[in-house]
Amino acid sequence: MSAPGPTAAGPSTASVVFALLRKELRVELRTLESVPAMSLLAVTTFVLFHFGLNRGRVDGDLAAGVLWVTLLFASMLAINRLFVADLEQGGFDGFLLAPVSRSALLLAKAAALGVYLVALELVAVPAFALLLLGPSIGGALPGLVASLALADLGIAAVGTLVAALAVRTRARDLIGPLVALPLLIPVLLSGARLSAPLLAGGGPGPLAGRWLATLALYDLVFGLIAYAVFDFLLED
Amino acid sequence: MLTVLVLSAALALVFFYAPDDADQGFVQRIFYIHVPLAIVALGGFVVGAAMAVAHLRTRDPRWDMRSYVAIHLALVLAVGVLITGAIWARAAWGVWWDWNDSTLVSFLIIFLLYATYQPLRFAIEDPERQARYASVFAVVAGVFVPLNFMAVRLAQAYVHPSLGSAKNLPGSMRLTFLVSLAGIALLYATLWKYEMTSKYASAQLRALRRKLGAPDATARRSAAPALPPAAQGTV
Repeated sequence: MSAPGPTAAGPSTASVVFALLRKELRVELRTLESVPAMSLLAVTTFVLFHFGLNRGRVDGDLAAGVLWVTLLFASMLAINRLFVADLEQGGFDGFLLAPVSRSALLLAKAAALGVYLVALELVAVPAFALLLLGPSIGGALPGLVASLALADLGIAAVGTLVAALAVRTRARDLIGPLVALPLLIPVLLSGARLSAPLLAGGGPGPLAGRWLATLALYDLVFGLIAYAVFDFLLED
Repeated sequence: MLTVLVLSAALALVFFYAPDDADQGFVQRIFYIHVPLAIVALGGFVVGAAMAVAHLRTRDPRWDMRSYVAIHLALVLAVGVLITGAIWARAAWGVWWDWNDSTLVSFLIIFLLYATYQPLRFAIEDPERQARYASVFAVVAGVFVPLNFMAVRLAQAYVHPSLGSAKNLPGSMRLTFLVSLAGIALLYATLWKYEMTSKYASAQLRALRRKLGAPDATARRSAAPALPPAAQGTV
């Protein structure tokens, strides 16, 4: 057996991440398992809030809270599904057999989750502006995009970690959200505080720097933590 | 033994030595229980995280057991913190719960997070994987503790009677507070030791029963880690 195997160094991490991400997105495009369900849940939740709050229009604090809580709950759907196909169809085994860094899986999954979140927001934010938001969203958009982008990074890191933690438990649909939601409270808190003035009735207020900093710190800390402990979740 | 002495001394000081607070009166004395409990509980979570790191590094199941017991006991103390905190809030501010108080809210979030530790363990069958996943959880949650406090504190303008203010206490109050803190820390350490001893003893008992071929009467599903016989030893 002198067939030329992979070189000692193996393929570069970037190419592995890219290949895994492409596989992830292709699976999602073919099965449409996560994004449509997330978007539907988000729109349904807006309707629920409309009846629950008995309000036709919301602004300020209330608007920020409705938007962020909805996004967070919708993201739980993707977090719950993130590793299920890999577990059931042998994706884990295939990956573990390959001579590549295990962090590549974390990066690829987090990137995929990030893409799902952006896709969700592309549907949910316009739907929110249309259905519930009182003031026009135009002026708030740049600030909102910035805070959503930072929050997505944090949700992707923590979500991937929790998804990997929960997927091998017996009650995975229970454990995932139970662990993820308290961990994501700082994201909800900063996101809501950031967007409350943006969505206020009297035109968008300024973006609060300290909340952007909090989000960035959260992303950094949990990105590093996820990177440090993810390997331990894969040894089977 | 030391624990009993220090705790009794602490209680004696709390009730007979420390002066009544100028504006809160007698009920302020709950402070000597509430604050040390909170400090020890948070410390317990962090210690549990450190032990989990040791477990991930060494793969020694005893570290997992230590981490489990540390977190488990800290969770018990945390219930005490929430209850004494609510009583104090009722007395001092007239409400059982105050969302404006950042420390109270952070503590609740941390409590909710750690409350999932045992269900998580319970939901994983394989003991080795259970230990590993629980340690990962303990590390992540241990890092979350300070970050969460920071974020929630930023959100509130209100000032919780904070740790820093312990420096401004008059001498008699400070002495009482420090003795209480030592007493509760010792109580935590003693309980930790007892629970560890009991866990080792029941693991040994199980191993002996198995050797004798007796039906495994003690086999009950539990969130606690099951030690393999080889891992038994001193606390």
